[in-house]
Amino acid sequence: MCNPYMPHLAKIIRIIPQMDDVRLFQVRFEDEKIRDEFKHRPGQFVMVSVPGIGEAPISISSSPTRPGIIELCIRRAGKVTDALFKLKENDAIGLRGPYGNGYFMEKIKGNNLLIVAGGIGMAPLRSLLWYSLDNRDDFRDIILMYGAKNPNEVLFKDELFSLLHRDDIKCLLTVDRDDTGTWEANVGVVTKLFDLVGLDQGKDNSFNSMDASSVTTYAAICGPPIMYQFVLQKLIECGFPKDRIMMSLERRMQCGIGKCLHCSVGHKYTCTDGPIFTYWDVMNMQEVV
Amino acid sequence: MKFLKLSTNNLHEFILSLRKLGEVHIPIKKGEKSFVFRKMNEPGDIDKIQLDYHRTILPLKKYFYHPTETMFEFSRDGFVPPEQPLNVHDIIFGVHACDIHGVLTLDLVFSGKYQDDYYFNRKKNVSIIGLSCMPDEFCFCNSMGTDYVETGFDLFLSETPGAYLVRVGTSKGDDMVNLSKELFGEITHKDIDAHKEYSLARKKAFKRSLDIRNLPEIMDLEYESNLWDELGNRCTSCGTCSMVCPTCYCYRIFDTINMDMESGMRRRQWDCCLFRDHAMVAGGHNFRQSRSDRFKHRWLHKQQSFAGVFGRPSCVGCGRCIEDCPASIDIVAESNKIQGVGREQSCLSPTTE
Repeated sequence: MCNPYMPHLAKIIRIIPQMDDVRLFQVRFEDEKIRDEFKHRPGQFVMVSVPGIGEAPISISSSPTRPGIIELCIRRAGKVTDALFKLKENDAIGLRGPYGNGYFMEKIKGNNLLIVAGGIGMAPLRSLLWYSLDNRDDFRDIILMYGAKNPNEVLFKDELFSLLHRDDIKCLLTVDRDDTGTWEANVGVVTKLFDLVGLDQGKDNSFNSMDASSVTTYAAICGPPIMYQFVLQKLIECGFPKDRIMMSLERRMQCGIGKCLHCSVGHKYTCTDGPIFTYWDVMNMQEVV
Repeated sequence: MKFLKLSTNNLHEFILSLRKLGEVHIPIKKGEKSFVFRKMNEPGDIDKIQLDYHRTILPLKKYFYHPTETMFEFSRDGFVPPEQPLNVHDIIFGVHACDIHGVLTLDLVFSGKYQDDYYFNRKKNVSIIGLSCMPDEFCFCNSMGTDYVETGFDLFLSETPGAYLVRVGTSKGDDMVNLSKELFGEITHKDIDAHKEYSLARKKAFKRSLDIRNLPEIMDLEYESNLWDELGNRCTSCGTCSMVCPTCYCYRIFDTINMDMESGMRRRQWDCCLFRDHAMVAGGHNFRQSRSDRFKHRWLHKQQSFAGVFGRPSCVGCGRCIEDCPASIDIVAESNKIQGVGREQSCLSPTTE
């Protein structure tokens, strides 16, 4: 009997601090067979167990192109994540998954990809970012726009700064304000970055062969509600079809497999129909935010 | 399908014969006006059977989907599945069509890509014998299309004067009949006529109705109606409607830890979307903060969202939520109200009063 609720033992290999309440956990299944069989898509999530405390859905931050170790970028926000932050390297946790639909990679391939992240929203998008960079030939132009409150809250800082020098991705980083005086990228809200690329049809830009007109581009966005609001408005202004804008939703989950009903939004379950929804899906849902 | 006739006088003997196959559960009286399915411990218990009960307090889900259960145990060494339930055969006698539909609905939920074997392992050893019924003032199964069943039972007994028309639904049901063949007879045209008459009389006996065909659309249109606030104010979020509902299935999962502080159990328990923390995420944001949002969500899920996923509404019209609501919320009457039923001559918007 295959019991979908039963987690598998995994070990915390390494904990990489990102900021005060955010850490990157590198974890690995103990069982080699399970490790080999675990295949995920960008945008999917796992259920993480801290036995005795409970279970929580966490998006996968690592790309399927780099298998073996699963990376989970976790903000301390509740009971389970609180317990996770008390664990150390080599401690055991439970893992099951991957769950959810993930980004629609088959559709995105052959198109431009625009990734817009705000704050902790970088966590699920990092998987998509590295997946597309590791399969670079499958995509046309790739743009990353990432905004954080201040330089201390920029996740994956070294990694993202290294992208600034690559010519196969346009990486635009910004912070709302810079109190440190050391920030070397943009300052301002993430929507200001749109001025630096020509996403409007006909208004071309300086980036390579960029033909990032909205109808040949898929946009993947994730961030706080306020960011969604302004970025969506911007994308619609640029003429993006609503079904080419992909959003990642967060909900309370108990099962992750479409049974417990906690994550229902209108007709949909965030766990099995999502967590990636198009803006068109979301517009037709109640109680989205 | 095979039909037989069982004389009313032979019913008790037939039920007692089933005890050779396993534990037999029958509807009995619990309180003054309440009924439950209870195991027969001795042959004498047959005298307690209530053939004209309207509804039991809990539907059949209590047998397959326990109010609380252990999913697995854990220790330092890993996760250990629970022991399989014993291979005991249970026969539940006297289940109404709506409750059989309730089980069929839960089958949909717990099957699929991720099959829930806690449910199906319990179910596989259970036989269901259906029984026809006359509606009371709370029943609206005819509106939900659940007043008859085509599947989900091993035998189904329909009352006719002096005898039951027995429909054999499965090979297991056939074995039950063959256990005491002498109690059964052939059906005649007279029996068929009597059965039709009973059906027609039953159809006329319903005292309430709900038009579900445009209910999802109307509820969408009236999503912002004040009616939901009014109902949210009356509702106490007690969860009774969900606990007694044949098709409410949501649950919460939690861990308990043993005295050694390192081993324990992962358990699950029936939950209810009317409870305040149902849609609350870590960090404290609640996607359904107000009680009226939660109330609306529950009824929309029953009538609209579930149908969007599984093709039919999940409500089976058993009437339990109406009879048991301590705030006397009558969801059928409220739905009629939101549809403008009975107000065809006047302004139809329920928000303008």
